[in-house]
Amino acid sequence: MSEPILQMRNITKRFPGVLANDRICFDLKRGEIHALLGENGAGKTTLMNIFYGLYQPDEGEIWLNGRRVTIHSPKDAIALGIGMVHQHFTLVPTLSVTENVILGAETAHLGVLDLATPRQRILQIAQDYGLEVDPDALVRELPVGVQQRVEIIKALYRNAQVLILDEPTAVLTPLEVERLFETLRTMVQRGVSIIFISHKLKEVMAIADRITVLRQGRVVGSTTPAEADEAKLASMMVGRPVMLQVEKRPAQPGEVVLSVRDLRVMSDRRAVAVDGVSFDVRAGEIVGIAGVEGNGQSELVEAITGLRAPVHGSVLLCGQPLPHALPRAAIDAGMSHIPEDRHKYGMVAQQPLAVNLTLSTFHQPPFAQRGLLRWTTIREHARRLIREFDIRAPHELVPIAALSGGNQQKSVVARELSRPLRLLVAAQPTRGVDVGSIEFIHKRIVQARDEGAAVLLVSAELDEIMSLSDRILVMFKGHIVGERDARTATREEIGLLMMGRVGEAHA
Amino acid sequence: MSARRLFWFSSALPAIASVVLALLLAGLVMVITGSDPIAAYSALVQGAFLRPGTATRPTAFFETLVSATPYLLLALGISLGFAAGLFNIGAEGQLYMGALASVSVGFLVKGLPWFIHLPLALAAGVVAGTLWASIAGWLKATRDAPEVVTTIMLNYIAYAVVNYMVNGPLRHTGTAPRTPDIEPSAVLPALLPPPERLHWGLFLAIAAAVGYHFLMNRSALGLRIRLVGENRHAARYAGINVNQTYLITMALSGALCGLAGAVEVLALYRYLPTEFTVGYGFDSIAVALLGQGNPIGIALAALLFGALANGAGYMQFSAGVSNYIIAVVQAFIIVFVAAPGIARDVLVNWWARWLPRRARREEMEA
Ligand SMILES: Nc1ncnc2c1ncn2[C@@H]1O[C@H](COP(=O)(O)OP(=O)(O)OP(=O)(O)O)[C@@H](O)[C@H]1O
Ligand SMILES: [Mg+2]
Repeated sequence: MSEPILQMRNITKRFPGVLANDRICFDLKRGEIHALLGENGAGKTTLMNIFYGLYQPDEGEIWLNGRRVTIHSPKDAIALGIGMVHQHFTLVPTLSVTENVILGAETAHLGVLDLATPRQRILQIAQDYGLEVDPDALVRELPVGVQQRVEIIKALYRNAQVLILDEPTAVLTPLEVERLFETLRTMVQRGVSIIFISHKLKEVMAIADRITVLRQGRVVGSTTPAEADEAKLASMMVGRPVMLQVEKRPAQPGEVVLSVRDLRVMSDRRAVAVDGVSFDVRAGEIVGIAGVEGNGQSELVEAITGLRAPVHGSVLLCGQPLPHALPRAAIDAGMSHIPEDRHKYGMVAQQPLAVNLTLSTFHQPPFAQRGLLRWTTIREHARRLIREFDIRAPHELVPIAALSGGNQQKSVVARELSRPLRLLVAAQPTRGVDVGSIEFIHKRIVQARDEGAAVLLVSAELDEIMSLSDRILVMFKGHIVGERDARTATREEIGLLMMGRVGEAHA
Repeated sequence: MSARRLFWFSSALPAIASVVLALLLAGLVMVITGSDPIAAYSALVQGAFLRPGTATRPTAFFETLVSATPYLLLALGISLGFAAGLFNIGAEGQLYMGALASVSVGFLVKGLPWFIHLPLALAAGVVAGTLWASIAGWLKATRDAPEVVTTIMLNYIAYAVVNYMVNGPLRHTGTAPRTPDIEPSAVLPALLPPPERLHWGLFLAIAAAVGYHFLMNRSALGLRIRLVGENRHAARYAGINVNQTYLITMALSGALCGLAGAVEVLALYRYLPTEFTVGYGFDSIAVALLGQGNPIGIALAALLFGALANGAGYMQFSAGVSNYIIAVVQAFIIVFVAAPGIARDVLVNWWARWLPRRARREEMEA
């Protein structure tokens, strides 16, 4: 590790009402993995977007390989050897892997698109870096983990020397994370330098050479995994000590609130995703559904919340069967839902935060009267939730799209918890959320439980399942393959069940 | 950037830039084809706004308002569809059906006082437009049939129905294929004595714009429509009945288009000819695009299109430029509005130089 390949000096960036980056200095050495940590809205993505040419800094300089550079657009960035994998992927679902990779860098012979040569190179890159992928597959048919590989290949195909990864692990299974880390280590050996953004302290400790922490647009310090531990990183980020463990009293389950009976649900690809699942969730308990993503959890949640019609079976709320595929009925019966895909279901991007905070209630009193909206009430309600849930937003009328990823998630959580609720269905409730907010969201979920709500938690984070649930169900290939009491279950046991190794888990 | 300034930069300026660019490019076309764009445009302004009326000729500006009236009503209807993510290309057909229903009530029903007959005739147009559009809305909601296709097909059916009625059952006794005149009690009166044609329809259209504003910004239904238009998945998640919203929106859109048809025949023609509008329903798509969903924007866009339509004749007469150049202007406007990137890029290049400087200056002053 030698001289810095990149130096960002005194970068300042303002958005209306927000100082997103405040004289940030950041450097990256050749062949290092430099982690960027920080609360939601600390300015990590903004800083990287500046480096990638998506935003122009208001002040400050960028030096690359000892030369001062001005980066006007991603095109400039790519020419300078910079690659970025965004928080939200930018692939074209209907095109093949090869087509996606070469998009914008196509070569043609006599006007005919050359796909064969790039295809060869993609296979080569895939082999070199352990990024297994079928170059002819359509992107929309690939699981997210593989889509991410395509994004990385895309950057390497353009000879990226610096690779930015913005929360790359948020959507990955533990196994995929391991593979990604191997790839990153190979890349570093080959001289690529990496900026790695994540909210998962464990991962940062495992992969980073250096760690820089941002808070409210400023650098609060740099450290290394050797010098720091998770608790220290957490308190650097948030500015106070953070409880990394959930504190909760033993559950006091009451009557059955949710009953799922023999539910069978098809996936988008018309395969059986949920196959004859039955279980109950009682008032005052948190039931966690563990499982590697893609084992039917999403379809199960969609069927329960009315977003997807099951082909067989029933969902009962407090003994009353819910009509199929009618979210309104579920909402009116007292169901709240934190959806796993917040961009598709959880929010309407260009609408003000205030509207997003009343998405399912704006037509009812007190937000509307005789069909007319009462904006004052809607805005007051929003201001209250912003305060209560510590949502970082300049005001309640900004489009929710202008919030940082984690603050969008907090908004969704705030909305769903602010309604009187009997059942909370929380799917990946803390995805992309910083440690301070994870603590807060967990506390609020436990509080909802203690106030008598039934909670169904679906999470790909085994830690989250283990610490938050009272009872754990493990889902594998559309079946519930095991049920455990959270107080006595072990990580190993749940891990085995998640792989479908039921026999061994009993031993 | 305040919300107001954001609005200016994201909506109003690109729209204005589109118009300016379209006029410039059409001017270029005139130069290439050997005409004088300055003479043409000054004649256009004369013919659309400035020429005073005479004993036989109505005042230019009032005629522009007469042309703008149906544009405004139709564009409001189309914009309503846009808000829900629906592309109502059937405005023309809904207008025809509205006109047919209004005229029918206007001459078939007799012996009513005007304050009953006129509202009845108007209502007939509204109901006909609503029902006609609802066919597409219903197909969309229950069969997932794309409204773009169904509304276009319904246009052809509407033409055929009107043609048949005017040539057959509703044909009057004279030579030309048209219906009999409507009863005087069904006439939507003019505001001024002849030769002026300016009529009460203008106020109906303005009232519709105000209603549109209230619906979109103050009512729960309007918000519901916008949510469905922006993200129907999230809307469904939030318990909104998306298909019902499509149906309601199409119905409301058709109501406004039907009203446009009613107003045209009850105020101006006072009978129904076979072909009475020249593609108003299609031009209005451009008006709606240009208006960017904002009622004031839509009104200004309608005024612009009214002016282009009304000034074209005088431009041809006095500057010798074919009035087809107006179609060129309209086409360029559509291109620039539909591809907002072009207009915005031009804007950005013009303004990027002084904007950051100004922003910084303002900040220092603050
Ligand atoms: N395009 C934008 N317009 C207005 N404000 C913005 C925009 N992008 C970011 N911001 C604001 O800038 C601040 C920093 O946002 P940024 O996305 O960089 O945070 P982050 O550190 O990446 O957070 P997260 O971990 O939640 O992704 C936030 O307060 C956000 O609301
Ligand atoms: Mg971010």
